[in-house]
Formats: sequence, C-alpha cells, structure tokens
Amino acid sequence: MNSAIQVIPLEWYLLLSTVLFTIGVLGVLFRRNAIIIFMSIELMLNAVNLLLVAFSSFLSDSKGQVFVFFIMAVAAAEVAVGLAILMMVYRNTKSSDINTLNKLKW
Amino acid sequence: MITTYLFYLLSFLAIMFGSMVVLSKNPVHSVLYLVLTFFTIAGHYVLLNAQFLAAVHVIVYAGAIMVLFLFVIMLLNLNKETEPHKSIWLKASAAVASGSLLVVLVGSLKGASTIQSINAFNPNIGLIENLGTTLFRDFLLPFEVSSILLLAAMVGAVMLGKKSIK
Repeated sequence: MNSAIQVIPLEWYLLLSTVLFTIGVLGVLFRRNAIIIFMSIELMLNAVNLLLVAFSSFLSDSKGQVFVFFIMAVAAAEVAVGLAILMMVYRNTKSSDINTLNKLKW
Repeated sequence: MITTYLFYLLSFLAIMFGSMVVLSKNPVHSVLYLVLTFFTIAGHYVLLNAQFLAAVHVIVYAGAIMVLFLFVIMLLNLNKETEPHKSIWLKASAAVASGSLLVVLVGSLKGASTIQSINAFNPNIGLIENLGTTLFRDFLLPFEVSSILLLAAMVGAVMLGKKSIK
C-alpha cells in the first residue's frame, strides 16, 4: 500500500487541518463550559500535529514528526496544569462556567 | 486506490466527530467524541507512514489525556445537561467569526499546489530508528528541557490541587 502523501495532494491535508482548527476555534468561542473549551484547544493542537506529520511525510524529513512529540509533551503538561486550575475554580465558585470568572474583566 | 478512499472516510469522520465535540450538550459525550476524533487522526498518521507516532498518539491522547478529562468531569459532576446557554447573538457572532477565519485560512492556502518536495520520497522516516536518530542527534537539548517542563507541570498540578495553600 502506498503512503497517502503519494496519492493525496498536499492541499487536502492543508484543508482538513484548517477545518479541524476552525472547529476548535468555534468551540472556544461557542461554548461556556471550561472543560469543553479545553477540549477544543486539544482539537486545535491535533490539527496542527496532523499538518506537521503531513508536511514531514511530504518532504521526507523526520524533524516534523519529532516536533509532534514535543507538542504532545507540551499538551500533556498543559492539560495537567489546566485541569488542576479548573478543579480549583470549581472548588471556589461551584461552577465550570467561564462567565463567573470576570474579576479581571474591564 | 484504497488509500484514497480511506483518506476520504477518515477525513469525513474526523470533521464529523470534531463537530460533535463542539455541538453535543453533554460533556461526557463531548469527551467520547473527542476520543473518536483522536482515533481518526491516528488513522491518518498510519496512512502517512508515521506508525510509531500513531501508536504514541493513541497512548498519550486517548489513553492518558482523555482519561484525565473524564476523571475531572466525574469529579465536577458535570454529567448532566446543566450548561448555561449563551445568548443567540453571541452564538451567531461566534459562528460568523469562525466562518470568516475558515474563509481567510482557505484563501491563504491558494498557492499551496506549487510546493515541490526537494527530497526523494522515503517511506521509512516514521519508523522508530529514524525518529530516534533525529530526536537524539538534532533535538537532544529540547528533549532534556521537555523533561524539566513535565516536572514543572507535575509540581504545579500538585500545588494547585492541594486543599489550601498557606
């Protein structure tokens, strides 16, 4: 079986990653639940990962895939700290609605 | 030929499950749809000859991060449909804004078909041998620094999760 990058044009991967990234942006703007917003951020990170792997395969350069490893490590760290902050917020406000967090809002 | 069909199927499923993450009301359903999205993306990695990355992706995302999300949702008792709703204007403006972003990004990708690869195609770059060589030869310092990042994240999560900080 051929690699997908030999039969699929690169633009399709660009388009797919763009659509997935935009769905993530839509989730951040659309929802008020902080956990769903976190998941949308994960979706955006994965869109970027997919594009990095597609370009790495297209250019036959493994550096792009190593970058994906680092993004995964950073995403894991981000999720650990972010969910801890979320637990703290819930403990103080009894809600995961981001609109209760308006102390710094002008 | 089967690769093309698999690409279309996986892309369709990824976009559909991704939309369901955003649109489903129940947070538990959102997490499960996100797991399915991650599996379709892992399928894309396999199609792109990045098999090791696909395995790591499934282990790290579907196995670790999503379980963490599910635990937090259960701890916060969010498994009911009690989300406060935004006003219709905010939802409409969010949809318009992200739609405009999509149009701008797609428009900026117009010249992408002229990109040419300068390297000969090598199907083995996604294997552990090549990835390990690149990781430990060219990216040794970032690799070590990322261990410090993970340690800092662990300490930070423990500090934030404590009951009371003096």
